[in-house]
Amino acid sequence: MSEALPQRIVIVGAGHAGGEAAARLRGMGFAGDLTLIGEERHPPYQRPPLSKKYLSGELSLERLLLRPPELYAQESITLLLGERVIWIDRPVKRVRLSGGREIAYDALILASGAKPRRLPLPGSDKSGVFVLRTIDDVEAMRPLFHPGSRLCVIGAGYIGLEAAASARQLGLEVMVLESAARPLGRVTSPEVANFFLDLHTHHGVRFELGVHASAILGGTHVEGVQLADGSILPCDAVLIGVGVKPETDLAQQCGLAVEDGILTDGQCRTFDPRIYAIGDCARRPIPLLGRTARLESVHNAIEGAKIAAAAILDRPAPVLEAPWFWSDQYDAKLTIAGVLDGYDQLVLRGDPKDGAFAAFYFKDSVMLAVDAVNRPAEYLGSKQLLQRNESLAPDAIRDISQPFKAIMAQARVVPAKA
Amino acid sequence: MPKITYIEHNGKSHTIEVAPGMSVMDGAVKHAIPGIDGDCGGACACATCHVYVGAAWLDKVGKPSGMEESMLDFASDVTPASRLSCQIKVNADLDGLEISMPPSQH
Ligand SMILES: Cc1cc2nc3c(=O)[nH]c(=O)nc-3n(C[C@H](O)[C@H](O)[C@H](O)COP(=O)(O)OP(=O)(O)OC[C@H]3O[C@@H](n4cnc5c(N)ncnc54)[C@H](O)[C@@H]3O)c2cc1C
Ligand code: FES
Repeated sequence: MSEALPQRIVIVGAGHAGGEAAARLRGMGFAGDLTLIGEERHPPYQRPPLSKKYLSGELSLERLLLRPPELYAQESITLLLGERVIWIDRPVKRVRLSGGREIAYDALILASGAKPRRLPLPGSDKSGVFVLRTIDDVEAMRPLFHPGSRLCVIGAGYIGLEAAASARQLGLEVMVLESAARPLGRVTSPEVANFFLDLHTHHGVRFELGVHASAILGGTHVEGVQLADGSILPCDAVLIGVGVKPETDLAQQCGLAVEDGILTDGQCRTFDPRIYAIGDCARRPIPLLGRTARLESVHNAIEGAKIAAAAILDRPAPVLEAPWFWSDQYDAKLTIAGVLDGYDQLVLRGDPKDGAFAAFYFKDSVMLAVDAVNRPAEYLGSKQLLQRNESLAPDAIRDISQPFKAIMAQARVVPAKA
Repeated sequence: MPKITYIEHNGKSHTIEVAPGMSVMDGAVKHAIPGIDGDCGGACACATCHVYVGAAWLDKVGKPSGMEESMLDFASDVTPASRLSCQIKVNADLDGLEISMPPSQH
């Protein structure tokens, strides 16, 4: 690199990706000014437990934090919490904060995450209507999460279903509304979706599938949800879990390219060479997928942080992992390696009825992804294969008399596409 | 509070206090001790918290669960003393525990 290394690095968004990026930069020896700015009042924390063990009360707030708050000062990271960046002035390389302050940068990392989508339903401003993204969201719903309280979850994605499971554990009555014919429609196969549908039904969750909510009813507090067919489902709380929207306004304002995510190259750099974007807000080329993707996962947040830190400090790029994700519901641990988009063949290993199985996804006989329920070997093994660009013959996988590791020995390298 | 000694692969040793109820992984991450990543935050979904339990402590720490054992099977440089540190909960009996780290977590 011909240019001098940056002396002032500013990170917008103190979430998982922003927090990791700050830690990595210092870990790699960056000694200049490092400022991490976050709109929330909490230092960087992990969101996955919010719908799982934090909601069910098994995990303390302290354990959510990525690092203890005092570590930021110890490492001379200026952590500005409760402040929003409202403007990026690219020509003069400064950001402006909501309080009016301006901070200059040589390199800027956008790690602004995503915001839950809202539904344009009449009545959605009533008290008792929630989304689930932040610690404060969970704290707001806690008073209503007591035994006997009736929760209506709108949207059967991972977060909605995890919250449903946690609510059942706390003794709530839970109902899940989904406009598609199946839960998890956007993220997994019918086979895996049906396993989770049965699991929740077994735990007493009521599903209303293929229905549309048309209004939230009640006085100042929610009392029920009305469906498009006019029927009314009484409840005490509503959780809207219909996905997120990447937080890209700042990037758009300053003229960076945005297409469902701030566009970057493989080094997480936008077309302004001083500005990087990582985590849920960004879209980068993912070599293993052969296309660009905006992933919403801890893996992607950490990997983006590693890539950007290395690029900014002109260090060797990290080895990329196959995308991975997990979801915990009751005693089912789902672990996912790869991305199943566009699969044309599904092979099951094990029987969903036994509560432990793995669904392997193939396209043109090449393995794309695996969804493993209580099957860690299939998950980790496949993740390593995907990373090495190796695949298994679909037929080999079915034989559960053979341990997965033995089957892996038959893996073949996938010929590179022209 | 129980004291735990973490020995990096390069031999550098860190002794810290870890509150009961926290995991051995939590202790390392919260004190920025390098060598344990803990990417999934203890959900048993990443296997980046692999450690070796000191010989004298193997009995007290106990055996991994079936789930953990299957994960360890895919970690590198595994030995009979290998554990995922997010699955070891700290309690008073583990005061003085010594663990060391593999060459890498990936
Ligand atoms: C309930 C829940 C469960 C999940 N479970 C899993 C799971 O099991 N496994 C998994 O891999 N992933 C899971 N995820 C996804 C994972 O948590 C996200 O992918 C990850 O948090 C993304 O990190 P990020 O830093 O990009 O965004 P975030 O963590 O959202 O952080 C962005 C931060 O930037 C702040 N910000 C935005 N704009 C500005 C601005 N202009 N100025 C200042 N600050 C700003 C926001 O307030 C926010 O704090 C879950 C997410 C949720 C919500
Ligand atoms: S921290 Fe992920 S498996 Fe231990």
